[in-house]
Amino acid sequence: MKLHSIVLPLTLPLVLLLAATGCHKSNIPVTKLNKPAPTGTADNTPATPPISPAQPIAPPTTPPVATPVPDQNPGHFATSDINLDNYTQDRSALAAYTVHFKFDSAVVETSEQANLSSVAQALSDANLKLLIEGHCDERGTEEYNRSLGERRALALREALAKLNIDPMRVKTLSFGKDKPVDPGHDEAAWAKNRRGEFVLLHPKTPAQ
Amino acid sequence: MKSTIETNLRPIQYGRVHSRTKCAAGQFRCALQILGAPLAGPVSRALGRGLLAILLAISILNVGRAQPAITIVSTGDFAQKPIPVALQGYTGETLQVLQFDLYVQGFSFVGAESAQYLINGSNTGTVTGSLTDKFAKSVLFSRTYNGASERRQAHALADDIVAAIRNTKPIGGSKIAYKSQSPQGPGEIYIADFDGWNAQKVTADGAIVAKPAWVPGRLALYYTSYARSNPDIYYHNLGTGQRRIIAGYSGLNTSAAVSPDGSKVAMILSKSGSPNVWICDASGADLKRLTKGIEDSSPCWSPNGEWICFAAKINSRRSLAKVRASGGEVERLATTGAPNPTEPDWSPDGKWIAFTSQAGGEFNVCVLAADGGMAPVVLVSGQNPSWSANSRTLVYNHGPAGHQTLAVVDVFTRQTKDCHRAAGSNSEPGWSR
Repeated sequence: MKLHSIVLPLTLPLVLLLAATGCHKSNIPVTKLNKPAPTGTADNTPATPPISPAQPIAPPTTPPVATPVPDQNPGHFATSDINLDNYTQDRSALAAYTVHFKFDSAVVETSEQANLSSVAQALSDANLKLLIEGHCDERGTEEYNRSLGERRALALREALAKLNIDPMRVKTLSFGKDKPVDPGHDEAAWAKNRRGEFVLLHPKTPAQ
Repeated sequence: MKSTIETNLRPIQYGRVHSRTKCAAGQFRCALQILGAPLAGPVSRALGRGLLAILLAISILNVGRAQPAITIVSTGDFAQKPIPVALQGYTGETLQVLQFDLYVQGFSFVGAESAQYLINGSNTGTVTGSLTDKFAKSVLFSRTYNGASERRQAHALADDIVAAIRNTKPIGGSKIAYKSQSPQGPGEIYIADFDGWNAQKVTADGAIVAKPAWVPGRLALYYTSYARSNPDIYYHNLGTGQRRIIAGYSGLNTSAAVSPDGSKVAMILSKSGSPNVWICDASGADLKRLTKGIEDSSPCWSPNGEWICFAAKINSRRSLAKVRASGGEVERLATTGAPNPTEPDWSPDGKWIAFTSQAGGEFNVCVLAADGGMAPVVLVSGQNPSWSANSRTLVYNHGPAGHQTLAVVDVFTRQTKDCHRAAGSNSEPGWSR
């Protein structure tokens, strides 16, 4: 009796399994469960780069994350509507004060304060406005970098606001990774490309 | 801010391909195929047995434990063997199209002895094709194609082959839109057949362009262009050539994504002072801000139109996230194992989210289960994946910086092929649906 009660629960599922799978030899590919993805593939596909080992299966739902304060929108100033057609651009005036950024960062480093002060100084003529162009190195997708370049320009605008430059005088323009100053593919080139450039805007006189 | 700009594009012409079916041996079965009935036979019977066995195994393992519903997906789903077929009688362009289309939908090419299906026909004069199931020893269809061009006939034959064997949505007549960029930065928007052939330039502004997105079911695109010296989002009717700016606010306007019913556009605007996800209607009106994160980018829609998935920074970590298109809390999607996820795209069947993972200088196209419960799978080196209507083939770009090429990959077998190139660096493809 006892043996029967052990053997039957063990063998019944097995029998069911065998009945279900049948004994047909089949060339149909059957996917096996829980097989880790291979790092190399056959035939004509290029080998995939090494990946982390497959994680244990996580619970299906992730609970909503209440956005904590550090991730809140630091952009306090709505962008300003400056029509570049009404201004002459002077790229050389502030070329020496280009600010550089760390990788994947829009934080204005304290070491850049001198550059910012010089830019603020140049804007002491209240007629002048400013264009800040944000740029990235190539190590990000195009759309991510377009957003990052804009964040860099906005961060510089906010830093200038702390130096009493009215944000409404400042236009931001992101070029993502489309306009590197150095086409190289090494850290030296990338460091040069992660930048915000300042362009002085002179209002055009009606005759221009 | 709207302006109407007329362009001199010739309207897009499509040739129409007609096919005639001959019902050969096995008339009833052939008739079933014409009517689009699902394939009966050894393939689905064996698959059914395999699935039953798997279900039993899971239920045995889970006896006695309360479990949330488990979706049967695993990383093993992305290491499937292709279905072997034999192509006989084809040459030149037709052979090239058949090989391309079938390869990137998970088929491989073998001799008749090892094949599961035989495809026999010719392309002298017009394309013909018959599909034989070797095991069932029956002809699934036998057709002649005419009209349009040889390429288009071959694409139609490939569609019929895939439909008969797999019943997935056809992609042979589908299009991609993409950007091609010169080293100096400016570029143009192009459209082409999904394999890159028959490319047509859509813009001629000599400006920086980005992220073309199709209006579902329509010959129209949204894209970003700096034609006005600012990144603005345009709506462009490819049939008439007319276009206008639907988002030209100060700051950044980019990354337009069209809702599945075409009625709304999600995009990234920085007008509030930080790049965030905004939604408007198809004409740019009824603008609403959806997110307030520190760095949001690249929104995409769920196929039921209820969710927006996008890239964000949450708890100081770059993540994928989702939020209801009607507004609400932002939820983080787990992508452990695939760092710095961006550029999500949601498969039309709702099951998968493809995205780009970036570490060091490397980009990888990865796939995540939309419901969670599966570690992300790395598919292939590249960026910017976009799903086709069949929910198994993706287009993406890869290659050296500044010299990128588009390619298509079958996610379940990982078979991939480069598309025909346009001059310049080809990237940011969007697949028409």
